[in-house]
Amino acid sequence: MAAIQETRDRVASLGDRYKYGFVTDIEMERAPRGLNEDVVRLISAKKGEPEWMLEWRLGAYRRWRGMREPTWARVHYTKIDYEAAYYYAAPKAHANLASLDEVDPKLLETYAKLGIPLHEQKLLAGVAVDAVFDSVSVATTFKAKLAESGVIFCPISEAIRDHGELVRKYLGSVVPVTDNFFATLNSAVFSDGSFVYIPKGVRCPMELSTYFRINASETGQFERTLIIADEGAYVSYLEGCTAPKRDENQLHAAVVELVALDGAEIKYSTVQNWYPGDEEGRGGIYNFVTKRGDCRGRGAKISWTQVETGSAITWKYPSCILRGDDSVGEFYSIAITNHFQQADTGTKMIHLGCNTRSRIISKGISAGRAQNTYRGLVSVHPRAEGARNHTQCDSLLIGGNCGAHTVPYIESRNSSARVEHEATTSKIADDQLFYCLSRGLGHEEAVALIVNGFCREVLQQLPMEFAVEAQKLVGISLEGSVG
Amino acid sequence: MNMLEIEDLHVAVQGREILKGINLSVRAGEMHAIMGPNGSGKSTLSYALAGREGYAITSGRMSYMGEDLAQLAPEVRAARGIFLALQYPVEIPGVTTMNFLKAALNAQRRARGESEFDALTVLRLVREKAASLRVPEEMLRRALNVGFSGGEKKRLEILQMALFKPSLAILDETDSGLDIDALKLVAEGINAMRAPDRGLLVITHYQRLLEYIVPDRVHVLADGRIVAEGGKELAHELEAKGYAGLAKDAA
Repeated sequence: MAAIQETRDRVASLGDRYKYGFVTDIEMERAPRGLNEDVVRLISAKKGEPEWMLEWRLGAYRRWRGMREPTWARVHYTKIDYEAAYYYAAPKAHANLASLDEVDPKLLETYAKLGIPLHEQKLLAGVAVDAVFDSVSVATTFKAKLAESGVIFCPISEAIRDHGELVRKYLGSVVPVTDNFFATLNSAVFSDGSFVYIPKGVRCPMELSTYFRINASETGQFERTLIIADEGAYVSYLEGCTAPKRDENQLHAAVVELVALDGAEIKYSTVQNWYPGDEEGRGGIYNFVTKRGDCRGRGAKISWTQVETGSAITWKYPSCILRGDDSVGEFYSIAITNHFQQADTGTKMIHLGCNTRSRIISKGISAGRAQNTYRGLVSVHPRAEGARNHTQCDSLLIGGNCGAHTVPYIESRNSSARVEHEATTSKIADDQLFYCLSRGLGHEEAVALIVNGFCREVLQQLPMEFAVEAQKLVGISLEGSVG
Repeated sequence: MNMLEIEDLHVAVQGREILKGINLSVRAGEMHAIMGPNGSGKSTLSYALAGREGYAITSGRMSYMGEDLAQLAPEVRAARGIFLALQYPVEIPGVTTMNFLKAALNAQRRARGESEFDALTVLRLVREKAASLRVPEEMLRRALNVGFSGGEKKRLEILQMALFKPSLAILDETDSGLDIDALKLVAEGINAMRAPDRGLLVITHYQRLLEYIVPDRVHVLADGRIVAEGGKELAHELEAKGYAGLAKDAA
């Protein structure tokens, strides 16, 4: 698996450091290991947060102390020692390499395969960027353009200081502090993330992806994102990156909250390619994510699209609360697991309002010895007259040692609701493979082509610029899975 | 030198011997027809030539342009100019026909050390071929073979042959299941491929196709062996006597 060789090597070496405690050659300002109220206070103080925010964090922390890690997902991993982890590290200075010549050629090879432009490669690899492509200046241009239309887009730590009233109103209103073990932990210690506010009637003038990608990948261990689309507003947001990324923190617990008011639409796309562990299942990121959108207003729409190829453990259920009448929730997912990766992912569509509609398309691909579970809930409440859902779950198995599981929960408490569920499980057929080979396609290219075809309905949902990269990523993620 | 030289070829599928000693040679510029009843081993021969997994050569040899075919992976054979039109073209959901053609053409070109064609060039090439085979533009935008009629699938196979310009084309019952108009189109497509530097191996169950194409040699395959060989007239004889009669004569 050439794609993640670099990250693998680096993370493997960091894995050793974990064992012996961090060596001091990494320039980081860290809080001591483990979690207690002082650490929470330190985080809040470092960020210059107002008192209410500190209280909010402390409340979460106290709550978390009494909670238990959930065990219902179909994932197995060695127990996480929460007292051995670090919960605060000051951001590092960015550029630590002078030129791309110093970057591992394997990583560059992957960037090239993905077709990532040169200046972005530099940013991703942590190379100093020349003045022309200086990320700060690019960011400034974008910021000006956004400000013109009244869009607020900034780090959430900045929003807490500068737009306190907005943050306070919406933070935790979709994913309550008490929601679940990982979300509560995040609430206590979240590092940073994005804040987006689109004012009434404004269509965000650009895909926030472009900005996000260039403005860097300060996606941390405990990311917190809050997006609010006011009445009639529209925004498309892309999180993550197709390029393999390393992170010395094994545990990731992000929270993303989306709020769509009357007639607003939020399109949230994710490409997740964190280090998945090696071919023997050693290492890799544990990714426990809580993502939820609230269609709070009438006719609101929230659409989740995810391409999950990384992480050793994925525990993630981007959901929609369809509160407003006529609101729409969508979930499009591709989850690829190879080697020893485990993914338990899906969605919840909670129909509360009348004539609410939801659509779920999930494509799970499992190879090697990986386990891939779709877990979903479609819940129709008594008031949700005329609610409709269509769910389609397709699983593709590559080889005979992997597993695909589908766990759909359906609860309908309104007799006028229409809930449909379709599920298929298939293998790449020998004749499909032979057909491709006989036309000159190599084995891996053939598998990539067939799998991309299998995922097409979901790939089509991605913003154009990312769809192409995501297609390549699908192929790269499955390298070494056949033969 | 013969383009294709098959010597005493034995092929087994799942441990069962299907081909029991085939001898056949095709020179550049020639068209050969292989006829035979169902189960005689026609498709097995085509798969063995294309390198399908599970078709084990238990003895004998196939050489292509002087090289032992058994040593070459199927995709390498394709890049070196061997093309197999399948009897049952395979569906690949979600992959548009146009995309597939581009990926395949460029994979072959890459393997030969040639530069890849951009999307526009491929589109132009494909359109050129599509027009003569009456393959509509709309078909190229659909997922590969998904929901295609039998005739559409076969026409697409011929289109691929025309696009890839193979040195050796093997057509496995490309005529089966076609109405007379489609059959004529396919035959025209095959005839258009005849060239001094190309060999054609046309496998068919019926004599019908041979009303439109004129092979240099006809071989009759029965129970894994070639039981009769001759010129075009052999096909007519076959028509009159049937496979059983011919096999009896041979025995």
